[in-house]
Amino acid sequence: MSTQPKLDPMTPVPFTIARRAQELKDTFTVELSPASDGGFAFEPGQFNMLYAFGVGEVPISISGDPANPAKLVHTVRNVGAVTDALSKLKKGAEIGVRGPFGSPWPVTEAEGNDVVIIAGGIGLAPLRPAIEHVLANRSKYGRFVVLYGARSPADVLYMKQLQSWRGRLDTYVDVTVDHAGRDWAGNVGVVTRLIGRANFDVHHAKVFVCGPELMMRFTIKELSDLGVAQDDIYVSMERNMKCAVGHCGHCQFGGHFICKDGPVFPYARIENLMQVRGL
Amino acid sequence: MSTSDGSQARVIEASRLDSLLKALRKSGYKTIGPKARDGAVVLEEIASAEELPLGLVDDQEPGAYRLSKAKKPAYFDFTHGSQTWKRYLFPAKEKLWTAHKTDNGFEVQSEVDAPKYAFIGVRACELAAIQIQDKVFVDGEHTSTGYKARRDKALIVALNCRRAGGTCFCASMNAGPKVKDGFDLALTELTKKDSHVFLVEAGSDRGAKILARLDGRVAEDADFKAAKKAVNKAAKSMGRDMAQDAAKIVADNLESPRWQDIAKRCLDCANCTLVCPTCFCNTTTDTTSLDGQTAERWRQWDSCFTLDFSYIHGGAIRRDGAQRYRQWMSHKLSTWHDQFGVSGCVGCGRCITWCPVGIDITAEVRAMTPKTK
Amino acid sequence: MVKVEGLDKLLAEHPFFQGMDDASRKTLAGCARNERFDAGDYIAHEGKPAERFYFMRAGTVALEFHVPGQDGLVIETLHDGDVFGWSWMVPPYEWAYDIRAVELTRVISLEATCLRKKLKKDDALGFELYSRFVPVMAKRLYSARQQLTDMYGKS
Repeated sequence: MSTQPKLDPMTPVPFTIARRAQELKDTFTVELSPASDGGFAFEPGQFNMLYAFGVGEVPISISGDPANPAKLVHTVRNVGAVTDALSKLKKGAEIGVRGPFGSPWPVTEAEGNDVVIIAGGIGLAPLRPAIEHVLANRSKYGRFVVLYGARSPADVLYMKQLQSWRGRLDTYVDVTVDHAGRDWAGNVGVVTRLIGRANFDVHHAKVFVCGPELMMRFTIKELSDLGVAQDDIYVSMERNMKCAVGHCGHCQFGGHFICKDGPVFPYARIENLMQVRGL
Repeated sequence: MSTSDGSQARVIEASRLDSLLKALRKSGYKTIGPKARDGAVVLEEIASAEELPLGLVDDQEPGAYRLSKAKKPAYFDFTHGSQTWKRYLFPAKEKLWTAHKTDNGFEVQSEVDAPKYAFIGVRACELAAIQIQDKVFVDGEHTSTGYKARRDKALIVALNCRRAGGTCFCASMNAGPKVKDGFDLALTELTKKDSHVFLVEAGSDRGAKILARLDGRVAEDADFKAAKKAVNKAAKSMGRDMAQDAAKIVADNLESPRWQDIAKRCLDCANCTLVCPTCFCNTTTDTTSLDGQTAERWRQWDSCFTLDFSYIHGGAIRRDGAQRYRQWMSHKLSTWHDQFGVSGCVGCGRCITWCPVGIDITAEVRAMTPKTK
Repeated sequence: MVKVEGLDKLLAEHPFFQGMDDASRKTLAGCARNERFDAGDYIAHEGKPAERFYFMRAGTVALEFHVPGQDGLVIETLHDGDVFGWSWMVPPYEWAYDIRAVELTRVISLEATCLRKKLKKDDALGFELYSRFVPVMAKRLYSARQQLTDMYGKS
């Protein structure tokens, strides 16, 4: 359990950047040190609001190992003013943290089942803690499949880890890109095409999907066509977020607040909402 | 009938209403009450009962509001204006914290601005709305520190309506016109040929203490009867009602062509969200001083009618007016139940009055209701 | 040279021919050939005459566009059970892409002239072939369109 003092949920706590690494051209990872010794406890799938002094706040999923709360890890994609400001911070600088918020990947409910992770683009970052959890408790799960799609070989996130996960004899990993040069030895094509070839029991699997909403939609369709039940599929939804505590109304999706009823949802719970355009 | 505590009720002369304000101010409360200004009733700090809109009555209908002189002068026969008590409990602009730059980073100091308010003349619908906002800001997983501080201190002098406003429908929302609970004092204005008094009932210890300091006689059965009669008159004279199954009707009709029909009329002006006493959407803004050494975070009112509201990378999720209107109305009447266990609407009618094109949500629900048995 | 019965058996094992009646399949087997490509072999080049219809038994092939100044741009990889090379159906019967075996790949291929002759004689055979092929194309078009959205790109 974290020993953070109970704070006003709108006040960020400064954390120091202990390490910073560039992952891809527009994506970087920071490892933050909490001020207190208790570390930062979180569940896989949760997120923090990260504050860049004077610029603003953004919701970023936690992408570290939940069994190692001494390090708070965030992989951030540089897409706007705040993430740009965060990308310019060096080791030793401070980032404001509020959290953890949100509903987690159901790693405990998934015990006794095959687990299939399907990630697209930056979507691998919120799934990494779930992957770490399953690998750390490998015997509690059946088959373990990790499928990942990215734009091109230069956009494959956590390449070394994908290779080391694949190197484990008890884990099936397949990676595809939308286009590549000849020196790419892996698949080329959309990530949904990897699903049919992966070996898992469609009737006894829990599937965690994270990526652009369009990719999640295609993936859900493919999974449903293969016979995976709607309540065995979990997705991580995204909406405009400001307060992250259910007070500002921005992140509403139907009646759900993405910040506290999500971001992880069983697809069965939101299937009807996803059919309504502009909800 | 009696109040929550039958012995804690007195009748005071209307001419002595000011003693209530004086007693509150003596106890350190900032008394906020209705006042006529610029042709409307507004909620501002008032120092005495003289500032109340005595003798004014309002005429409200979809898209229209007028104040006029009443035939029989009373203090509270107008119903309400465009402002609501959320102005004070959940201010339009609120500073959350200030941060100062340090060598490596920054330090944060949170701020809470919590004056001690006494609200004079809180209608049943408004009280119900305050209790609804409590569910949002206090009773959820996270509490808004500022809201709770102001709310705990606030003393509520409620007002039982004896006249229904032109757009009111609180009766069908089960939110009035009689106040139920959650007040410190409740007033019912009683006028007869030759008397003008207030029945003042205590609803809490805090209220009882104030009541004890007022001059007046002990309330009798006749007073309670008169009050009941007056409030019932209001309940029976409402000009509209909300369908009892509005939540289901809206939920079942998310793809109804009616939304496009509304969108042809709706101006996206956001008036409805500003005047609604339960609307709570807000945004956070971050600012810095010119020298970059100090930063502040502010919370301010926002509205789901702005294009920005649902913006994520690439664009807004609710791209057209029909989708945005649907968000507001389906949240207010339907999904609010899933989120907070109650309707988001208290039937005050402000959204109908202050809509420049007079969109009436009770009529829109009726329009969406399938005409079958 | 593998006998027709042996080829017919291989065709029957391929997912594309599931549910096809024996007579039709045997007729098609008459145009068939078992082939093998080593890693790096080019099976086809863009613009060259498209004379065969390929059914992958095992392996991986890459569909490539030649881009001047670059080594080919791979737009899709295909695997066991996939089908490629339908340009033989569409005039002017030329390959639309370069096709390269990424690893050791085994296929059964059907010869185009032989196929076109048989289809002309037998309408029902044509229906059997095209009705299986249209869903394959539909799925590939759908996948290609997903790739087109560039959904991981900077938005």
